[in-house]
Amino acid sequence: MSAEKVIRLKVKRKDQMDSESYWEEFAIPYRPNMNVISALMEIQRNPVNAEGTKVRSVAWEYNCLEEVCGACSMRINGKVRQACSTLVEKLEQPIQLEPMETFPVEKDLVVDRQRMFDALQKIKGWIPIDGTYAMGSGPLISSREQQEAYKFSTCMTCGCCLDACPNVNSGSPFIGPQALAQTKYFNMHPTGKLTKNERLEVVIGDEGISNCGNSQNCVEVCPKDIPLTTALAELNHEANRYALWSWLKK
Amino acid sequence: MRSNSLTADLQPINKNIRKRFVLSRLHSLAGIVPLGIFMVEHLLTNSTALLGREKYNEQIHLIQSIPFLPLLEIFLVAIPLIFHAGYGIYLSMISKSNTQTYKYERNRLFFFQRVTGITTLVFIIYHVWSFRLAPVFYGTEINFDLVNSHLENVFVFSFYVIGVVGAVFHFSNGIRTGLITWGVTKGPASQRIAQRICLLFFAVFGVLGVTSLFAFI
Repeated sequence: MSAEKVIRLKVKRKDQMDSESYWEEFAIPYRPNMNVISALMEIQRNPVNAEGTKVRSVAWEYNCLEEVCGACSMRINGKVRQACSTLVEKLEQPIQLEPMETFPVEKDLVVDRQRMFDALQKIKGWIPIDGTYAMGSGPLISSREQQEAYKFSTCMTCGCCLDACPNVNSGSPFIGPQALAQTKYFNMHPTGKLTKNERLEVVIGDEGISNCGNSQNCVEVCPKDIPLTTALAELNHEANRYALWSWLKK
Repeated sequence: MRSNSLTADLQPINKNIRKRFVLSRLHSLAGIVPLGIFMVEHLLTNSTALLGREKYNEQIHLIQSIPFLPLLEIFLVAIPLIFHAGYGIYLSMISKSNTQTYKYERNRLFFFQRVTGITTLVFIIYHVWSFRLAPVFYGTEINFDLVNSHLENVFVFSFYVIGVVGAVFHFSNGIRTGLITWGVTKGPASQRIAQRICLLFFAVFGVLGVTSLFAFI
């Protein structure tokens, strides 16, 4: 009988929000073309750790399994990425899985990404079209602008950019690259432009762009290749002008 | 309970909320306009040491004959410097460096910018004491021989090499990030070109600074 190939995993676990984290190792049977999600599913199927003890199965989040939902972000061998699009064969073993600790960790690899959704509310991440009467159709958008906007529309609020940013942490008020890139996205829409200044108020606010340190990790780790740093630089330009002119108008 | 209404609570619009933004822009501006330009002028002045003792002493005399020099030094150098250093220390304290995990070029530059900020501050305090404040208190004349007497000590000389290279790096990289902060270089291509120009700037003034140091010994 040939020795079965195994995959070794080392998971940073946490039983509940207020308890201490601990590491636990697992050895699971290898199958070709496994991704990190299928490895975690294997643990779920047979929750036995490397010492052979039956344990609580590892908790993590996932939905789409094709890198569009943003739910399965975690630190894999240190770097933040999507578990679904990370192939086990391309990773060094033991595969180290950690939650994105920039966010509150709820259980094992599950984090609470609420701050990003709150941030979208703060920047008014929507196009205001509601009214008491029909406003008619909006202005046309050139296909070039549509192409540019499309990239920003693919943001899946996964949290990778916030987790890799050295300036997003508990000691800093930074709202993060995701919300700022979305500000650019909604500000470039002809109807979204109507609330542009309200969004720029957040950009020049305490949580805003002044917290960006130009490490540019965000654009490197973004699984959707969103030009985050371009949006940040454009917002710098807009924010500087807006801050100066709105002050001179006082 | 979280409210799901479409109108999120608007932050009250007041000056305090903009304080961080204004301070960050002043921090960037102070680093480039008075401080960076002063550093370049200072490096050029010191490079006259390469032309010999007399030329250097002549240049020092010329600068010391600028009217209201102490006022210029206080308002164009000391105050911007204290602000830039103070806010810079605050900024480096609230960032959590992660170059061990994310070994990207710009992330390393981000880290070195903070490291060289600290080394430059330590260097400047020592440097200002030895060549600006101590001569005032003890009445020694500032000239080639004074610099020579300091730099002959190998430890002081090594400290100066680190200090000068660190300061030139901090300014060169500061121009690169300043161009982003002021919204000049927006896309990755222009940022890459700016980075190369800043690297060239670093090389030119780094070499000039270090060779000037050698000219004093």
